[in-house]
Amino acid sequence: MSYHINHLKELESESIFILREVAAKFENPVLMFSGGKDSILMVHLAHKAFYPAKIPFTLLHVDTGHNFPETIEYRDGLVEKLGLKLIVGSVDEAIKNGLVTEEKGFDASRNGLQTAVLLDELEKGKFDAALGGARRDEEKARAKERFFSHRDEFGQWDPKNQRPELWNLFNNKHQIGEHFRVFPISNWTELDVWQYLAVEEVELPSLYFSHQREVFKREGTLLADCDYINKRPEEVVYVETVRCRTIGDMTCTGVWESDASTVEDIIKEISTTRMTERGGRTDDKRSETSMEDRKKHGYF
Amino acid sequence: MEFKNSELLRFTTAGSVDDGKSTLIGRLLYDSKSIYQDQYDAIKTASEKRGEENVNLALLTDGLKSEREQGITIDVAYRYFSTPKRKFIIADTPGHIQYTRNMVTGASTANVALVIVDARHGVVEQTKRHAIIASLLQIPHLVVCINKMDLVDYSQEVYNKVHDDFEAFAAKLDIKDVSFIPISALDGDNVVNRSTNMDWYEGSTLIYYLENVHISSDHNFIDVRFPVQTVIRPYNDDFHDYRGYAGRVAGGVLKKGDDIMLLPSGFTSKISKIQGPDGEQEEAFPPQSVTVLIEDDIDIGRGDMIVRPNNSATVTQDIDLMICWFSSDKQLQLRGKYSILHTSQEVRCIVKDIKYRLDINSLHRDMENKEIKMNEIARISIRTTKPLFVDPYRKNRITGSVIIIDEATNNTVAAGMIV
Repeated sequence: MSYHINHLKELESESIFILREVAAKFENPVLMFSGGKDSILMVHLAHKAFYPAKIPFTLLHVDTGHNFPETIEYRDGLVEKLGLKLIVGSVDEAIKNGLVTEEKGFDASRNGLQTAVLLDELEKGKFDAALGGARRDEEKARAKERFFSHRDEFGQWDPKNQRPELWNLFNNKHQIGEHFRVFPISNWTELDVWQYLAVEEVELPSLYFSHQREVFKREGTLLADCDYINKRPEEVVYVETVRCRTIGDMTCTGVWESDASTVEDIIKEISTTRMTERGGRTDDKRSETSMEDRKKHGYF
Repeated sequence: MEFKNSELLRFTTAGSVDDGKSTLIGRLLYDSKSIYQDQYDAIKTASEKRGEENVNLALLTDGLKSEREQGITIDVAYRYFSTPKRKFIIADTPGHIQYTRNMVTGASTANVALVIVDARHGVVEQTKRHAIIASLLQIPHLVVCINKMDLVDYSQEVYNKVHDDFEAFAAKLDIKDVSFIPISALDGDNVVNRSTNMDWYEGSTLIYYLENVHISSDHNFIDVRFPVQTVIRPYNDDFHDYRGYAGRVAGGVLKKGDDIMLLPSGFTSKISKIQGPDGEQEEAFPPQSVTVLIEDDIDIGRGDMIVRPNNSATVTQDIDLMICWFSSDKQLQLRGKYSILHTSQEVRCIVKDIKYRLDINSLHRDMENKEIKMNEIARISIRTTKPLFVDPYRKNRITGSVIIIDEATNNTVAAGMIV
């Protein structure tokens, strides 16, 4: 008799293990929910980990005010369906209150402003663990991230001084005021996520599937036209058949020309593509180490 | 969908600074078409900026600012690639400063270790150190990659010498399964594509090996061990009296209807139901995460363990360990008190004895100088505040392992394997 499970079941089992560790070891954990496929996967896994009990985590969404409307609609539907508690941290309000200042210029983005709002919400809620759907294959700074990642009292990440992680023993000890970021799907790749979502038939926001949208081109990336972006005079808006490969703010999330209209189409598309998922993220392109720089200051 | 039969294999790579480890990883990723165009363009630009002649594939894994500035790898980096047969996770462990600590970390979850040897230099101290760590951490399969064969005229004699030297040394260690592959990471010989320069070599390419090595018996399927992580209590009308014990199977096969015993209480009962991620299942085995329900109403919580009545883990407060010390600023204190994590238990312990320090180059047991500093391996005895439910590490890597935490700094200061 041979006992073995496929790679998706093994990843699922690992993630469920981590989610249960968080519920058991922390006083007040929160799940960071962006509305993208990775955080949708996290909620799906959390549902399985604690079934038939409810998911024991509050959801935290940092709303930049620049989200795709489809994201907000999906978020509210999911929260209602699973009977979850949702906290929304608003960048709009943070700007009004003077916590952060809006960036100016053509490439202005609220991406960086999320950090201050996130840290503020974690402090207000006295959360000692924030679960996130980041994956190590996404970006080179994230490739060095731990499952349980320690943050000091300023929310800072110190990549040179991380705790070694061995077997399945996770050290979550911390001083009061410090917290952990926990990444249960660290070992999943983009392809794993899509394969799993296909097998599990998980409902997804319409943005991931091919649709017609008004777009314009900037430095090789297609951006969705919206009121939040300052367009240069030479940037011409036209209609294209596109889909999102990642979902962030409208200001920094590139869309891709694609006619993939089912999850199976998407799997086929990303199995053959030559570009990484975050290749369309202008927030990563600001410098060679922009993700690392943001993460050190407490970015998700 | 063919991916439904694809297995997961974790491997770690060990080598010294210039033996071409990063090039080998780059080669595996590149030839298996796992590097994206924009990634390749980015490291090409970065290589040119640094004035390097070739595209430096090491930049794929060295992501942190200080790594790029200093041209070194600081921390374990995880890389992913897949072929239609398997998905691979590489724990790429850097070969200096915190070398032992990094390699031990990468090795703790690996099915396979690749030890890279420079064909021009043969088996050196570093090679021996890597073999000792692989043996200590009980990595089930070891592959010696004899690299830079292009620089020794693809000589079979060189290959034979490394083969014989390594086997002679490995005979002193506890290593079960060793293979040898002559490669050139730079040119790609025997990595993904078979070499046309070494007709005398009849074994498999590295990728063929990784795709086919038998890993399904790497877990212990004999001795039932189920550490309880948390208790699932829905408190709603549909599941009124539901009490489920959530955990990840650490050993053996649990079946519905099986007699079980609980540790530490010794009470016995039967498994009434196993709830898996996809609903009820008849049995559960490593590494599945499930929820177990039992027939009797017994008080169970996190830290307890489910075993079979005639096959228990050892319940003890006195434990002998081989440890690898990680801390750079504090050395191991005899009579010192530490926190210790084992399965789902957290207890305190006192170091009662430091038996010897293992010289990692000669395997000599040093009973005189017992100062244990960063990267050093030692055998120690501890006593814990509460009983742990343990197995020897050789028998079960999950119930046989611990981490030791400094109570002042909260840092993980050592990894321990139960003897």
